[in-house]
Amino acid sequence: METVTIGKALNLGLRRALEDDPKVILMGEDIGRLGGVFRITDGLQKDFGDDRVIDTPLAESGIVGTAVGLCLRGYRPVLEIQFDGFVYPAYDQIVSQVAKMHYRSRGLPIVIRIPFGGGIGAVEHHSESPEAYFSHTAGLKVVVCANPNDAYWMIQQAIASDDPIIFFEPKRRYWEKGPVDTDAEPYPLHAARVARPGTDATVVAYGPMVRTALDAATAAAEEGRELEVIDLRSISPLDMAPVYESVRKTGRLVVVHEAPSNVGVGAEIAARVTEQCFYSLEAPVLRVCGFNVPYPAARVEEDFLPDLDRVLDAVDRSFGW
Amino acid sequence: MRPQDMAFPTYREHGVLYCRGIDPIMPLGLFRGVDQGGWDPIEMKFAMYTIVIGAQTLHATGYAMGIAMDGKVGTEDGEAVIAYFGDGASSQGDVNEAFVWSSVFHAPVVFFCQNNQYAISEPLERQTRVPLYQRAHGFGFPGVRVDGNDVLASYAVTRAALDQARVGQGPTLIEAYTYRMGAHTTSDDPTRYRIASEVEAWQAKDPILRVRRFLEQQGLADQSFFGEVDEQARVEAVKLRERVLELPDPAPVTMFDHVFPNGSPEIDEEREQFTAYLSSFAGEVH
Ligand SMILES: Cc1ncc(C[n+]2csc(CCOP(=O)(O)OP(=O)(O)O)c2C)c(N)n1
Repeated sequence: METVTIGKALNLGLRRALEDDPKVILMGEDIGRLGGVFRITDGLQKDFGDDRVIDTPLAESGIVGTAVGLCLRGYRPVLEIQFDGFVYPAYDQIVSQVAKMHYRSRGLPIVIRIPFGGGIGAVEHHSESPEAYFSHTAGLKVVVCANPNDAYWMIQQAIASDDPIIFFEPKRRYWEKGPVDTDAEPYPLHAARVARPGTDATVVAYGPMVRTALDAATAAAEEGRELEVIDLRSISPLDMAPVYESVRKTGRLVVVHEAPSNVGVGAEIAARVTEQCFYSLEAPVLRVCGFNVPYPAARVEEDFLPDLDRVLDAVDRSFGW
Repeated sequence: MRPQDMAFPTYREHGVLYCRGIDPIMPLGLFRGVDQGGWDPIEMKFAMYTIVIGAQTLHATGYAMGIAMDGKVGTEDGEAVIAYFGDGASSQGDVNEAFVWSSVFHAPVVFFCQNNQYAISEPLERQTRVPLYQRAHGFGFPGVRVDGNDVLASYAVTRAALDQARVGQGPTLIEAYTYRMGAHTTSDDPTRYRIASEVEAWQAKDPILRVRRFLEQQGLADQSFFGEVDEQARVEAVKLRERVLELPDPAPVTMFDHVFPNGSPEIDEEREQFTAYLSSFAGEVH
């Protein structure tokens, strides 16, 4: 058991994937000598060579488009998109080509890593949460890690999977530490997990908001309310069974994500829970999300992003229904 | 640039912005995170800073197509457009599409590539095997390389290209060959990817020092002039720093403003709910 940051856990996971399979290659902007702007690939080019850890031209459509060809040639490309807001030049390749290839013929074992979300005081295009666009696209799987152990294992599972996977990393939490068990049997990639058991209300979150939800649960416990926090881990496919089970127990559900609420992941969860747990619900499913405005200036981002107070406020509203 | 000309910057053209008459505090609001840096691009003839690499080259091309549609090209006092971008940007699809479009539509646009030889950590060789200016020929318009650390040469080449565009000669690609002296951003660490001697060699080619030597040698300016300029720059810099530190944080509810020209009932509702939520903390410091 090692205690490392999420960033370091990803680095270790990538290292192990490179060791395990000679067909695994990494491509992205500044991932080589610099080790990536967040240093997630630190040291990997030095150890595996610049033909396996590749600094690419500054062209995201090229990164994903050439990865399609590399897959057809037997490689397993793991791509880094430098920031969430820069995935869009590659959107066409992802949505029109990567997502549909298996439906037409055979699959593409591509992993597209995207550091996502806000809270780092950045300038525009560096704080976005585009997961709904990809989850809406049939043919793509979408996962999000939230702690070092998952970061370490999920990246390896995603690379080993034959599905094309969009792999979101909670960039504001890169520096948070936690235990990594490199010997344990990993939890399934596309399974949600109870991050904190509770009995009074369910809070569903993923990525950077899991920490926020856990903090809210700690605060709620001081006031005598036990929140059950579920870390979704996989957004497409959604693993709803643990959510249904929890809601049937608590009768209350709050969904938290940074992305704006409109037509988002929270809406999908609310719809499914309403369909499956209607008679268990004591209150409507509530969402705590980013607002439906473009990501705002950094000085007000803490008001845009769901925080402990807004989660507790939603829990209160659920109880006050 | 003439007053009627239009510029499309990256995030690096603070000097051009200054010359367009925009208060230099404006872009600093963007980087400070207090606003979106929103000047009026039409009034100031200077488009918004563009952080998504290369996107502005297409905007510049479209604006230039509009100039041609309006018949404002083909005369000495015609209009022209300049689009700035970096060596890394030259790899983007958008930039290459801008070359195609401007060529096909014979648009009055000058592509000014500030080749500072690095895209964050990646050296020029990651973007191109030929000198960038040579790319223009394949798209059907002239390309020229200029010593980007030679102020007068850069001025002359840019002016000539803009004048050609305005009289109806179509696009030009200028590759201004220079070097990024500092880190890419405050979180960058250039010692990981380049050697000190390279930086030192370029230090000796400092364009400001060079223009100063030139003026001295030609007897066009004396010490008192340079003293005045230095002092003026110092005072401006101090003033600007103070103003940046004094930039007030925006009120949180302002994030709901300015999303649409026609507004949106959904956003109005969110603003109301958020305002009510904030006032539920009345008395507490939020
Ligand atoms: C589409 C896109 N991808 C990635 C980035 C992240 N990024 C910001 S600046 C930069 C390098 C830009 O290099 P260059 O075009 O040479 O311009 P310079 O900053 O050196 O002037 C990168 C990769 C971005 N802003 N936009």
